[in-house]
Amino acid sequence: MGCRRLLSVLALVFLAACSKTNQNEIVIGEFSSLTGNTASFGIASHNGFAMATEERNANGGVLGKQIKLVTEDDQGKSEEARSSVLKLIRYHKAKALLGEFASSRSIAAAPEAQKFHVPMVSHGSTNPKVTEFGDYIFRTCFIDPFQGKAMAKFAYNTLGIRRAAILRDVKNDYSVGLAKYFQETFQALDGTIVADESYSEGDVEFRSQLTAMKALKPQAVFIPGYYTEVGLIARQARELGIDVPLLGGDGWDSPKTAEIGGKAIDGSYFSNHYAQDDPDPKVQNFIKKYKAKYGSVPDSQAVLAYDAANLLFDAIQRAGSTDGDKIRAALAATNGFPGITGSITIDPNRNAQKSLVIVQYSNGKPIFKDRVGS
Amino acid sequence: MEIFLQQLVNGISWGSVYALIAIGYTMVYGVLKLINFAHGDVYMIGAMTGYYVALTLGVTESHPLWHLGVVILGAMVVCALLGVAIEKIAYKPLRKAPRITALITAIGVSFFLEYAGQLIFGADPKFFPQLIESRPLFHIGDVAITTIPAIIVVVSLILMGILRHIVMHTNVGRAMRAVAFSPDAAQMVGVPVDRIISITFIIGSALAGAAGVLVGLNTPKIDPLMGIMAGLKAFVAAVIGGIGNVPGALIGGFFIGISESMVSGYLSSTYRDAFSFLLLIIILLVRPEGLLGKRSVEKV
Repeated sequence: MGCRRLLSVLALVFLAACSKTNQNEIVIGEFSSLTGNTASFGIASHNGFAMATEERNANGGVLGKQIKLVTEDDQGKSEEARSSVLKLIRYHKAKALLGEFASSRSIAAAPEAQKFHVPMVSHGSTNPKVTEFGDYIFRTCFIDPFQGKAMAKFAYNTLGIRRAAILRDVKNDYSVGLAKYFQETFQALDGTIVADESYSEGDVEFRSQLTAMKALKPQAVFIPGYYTEVGLIARQARELGIDVPLLGGDGWDSPKTAEIGGKAIDGSYFSNHYAQDDPDPKVQNFIKKYKAKYGSVPDSQAVLAYDAANLLFDAIQRAGSTDGDKIRAALAATNGFPGITGSITIDPNRNAQKSLVIVQYSNGKPIFKDRVGS
Repeated sequence: MEIFLQQLVNGISWGSVYALIAIGYTMVYGVLKLINFAHGDVYMIGAMTGYYVALTLGVTESHPLWHLGVVILGAMVVCALLGVAIEKIAYKPLRKAPRITALITAIGVSFFLEYAGQLIFGADPKFFPQLIESRPLFHIGDVAITTIPAIIVVVSLILMGILRHIVMHTNVGRAMRAVAFSPDAAQMVGVPVDRIISITFIIGSALAGAAGVLVGLNTPKIDPLMGIMAGLKAFVAAVIGGIGNVPGALIGGFFIGISESMVSGYLSSTYRDAFSFLLLIIILLVRPEGLLGKRSVEKV
């Protein structure tokens, strides 16, 4: 008994010693998948957050204090995302949270942020459920109903497709949601979904599903997944002689899609947050800065992360305090924030109202096709 | 019918990979009565070695066929060395220990390879260069047989043919069968048991290395944990065929590959892994010695 008491006293002393915060710093917690299946997005997100933080600190920080960005790697796993966020809140005493792009991970983390009243800003989680956990959860990207609808309309009206197939990742909330909204809109437009097949994140073999699909002769295949699987699916689809365009969402936006998919991905379309060849000087200027710092062209997650971090810093400045409730109120009042990905207004459901772009792969490069307003 | 044939082709190419890995399980079990759980990770090392050898050869638009040969050979050599190192370092000191000790050590070696792999290669997946251009070779009805599945099946069959020749028609093979039959008796008649066990590890690991490269061709995503599931499936294949029995491992491998392809094609891909393990449970209940296994008599 005595021993146990001594231990708990020691533990308390240890915790108190560790959690001492610097008065001249504002701690912002970030959780990203720096390793794992979606590491490319996680690292890009981290780069975006870090770049925004550095720039802000160089310009005097927020409320006269420097921002300290503390990063936790969630390894691309939902259960790790939850514990990362708990660690950020309870151990690092983060005043606000940034992350995740993956809806599954944001959904795992959001209840904790809500419980501890720490505002959380997701930069890339497009599943509607994410912000439904409570009034402390925000996002700075568009949501899947908008994305799914836009792709269905684009397929039906612009490409003239009447028979589409779907291949969704059943382990992923983002993919399942996006598939559902695409299907609803496409059917409402009088199109037919001829096949609805599924796979699980991490799979490498899709030929069986594609073979079953091919027999039903779709004119396009909607694959609302992430780049790793999409690249492999594209290759295997072409191998089996499926030559129709593939359609997808913002989960495709990584240089890896073309690296893995090679020629197989050419001619396919996906909806995205921004296009690299957008002539807007704001966009080109950002790309130049990012390239100089990290040596690669930023993907959407990097741009979204940069916007989300800047929007959060702006809100803390407007709140005039690092109190959770005040930051929350300032975030909710965001109106027409000028981001790289477009003007961002937070609606009453704490989602961002903004436009999307449709991009086509050509010779391994995404080319701007169309812009769809909110 | 066309769908069925295409699923069959898909299944056969995976089946031959499972068979190559399963042979390693079954051979080691034959001579040592040890389930070498690190075997799936040796296959991962094979894929990784293939990746680095291919990068050294240079990334070009189209690789000549000999590049594939070099990559496969490189992976086989590295895996053979790794296999014999594992045997000497981890299993040999435990030769006289209870079997459960060796089994737990095998799991330890497996974890070591997985996490050392994450440390050395990085945890994020790598993408195998396209060594073989995928194009249709010939058609059966409406079903296109493309280059990659064809190469996988041909390379696997060649390797299995060589293995059969070694086991059935050479002195080493005869010694292996003797050790599998009775290590003590083999020792008494002058068979160098330790050397034969090392050779068994060399052959089994080399085959796993080749399987790693073939998978890299077929599904180019490779990562340090890829060996876990593939290793388990191959283990199931070995058990289904009758563990310790080489032709059994072959049949088990094709059985698993084809049934997985059919399940994900006709039911849902979500049931694919569950189905393989369901097969294992059924076979253990109905015919625990496996399809080709004999009760109490074990061969290499």
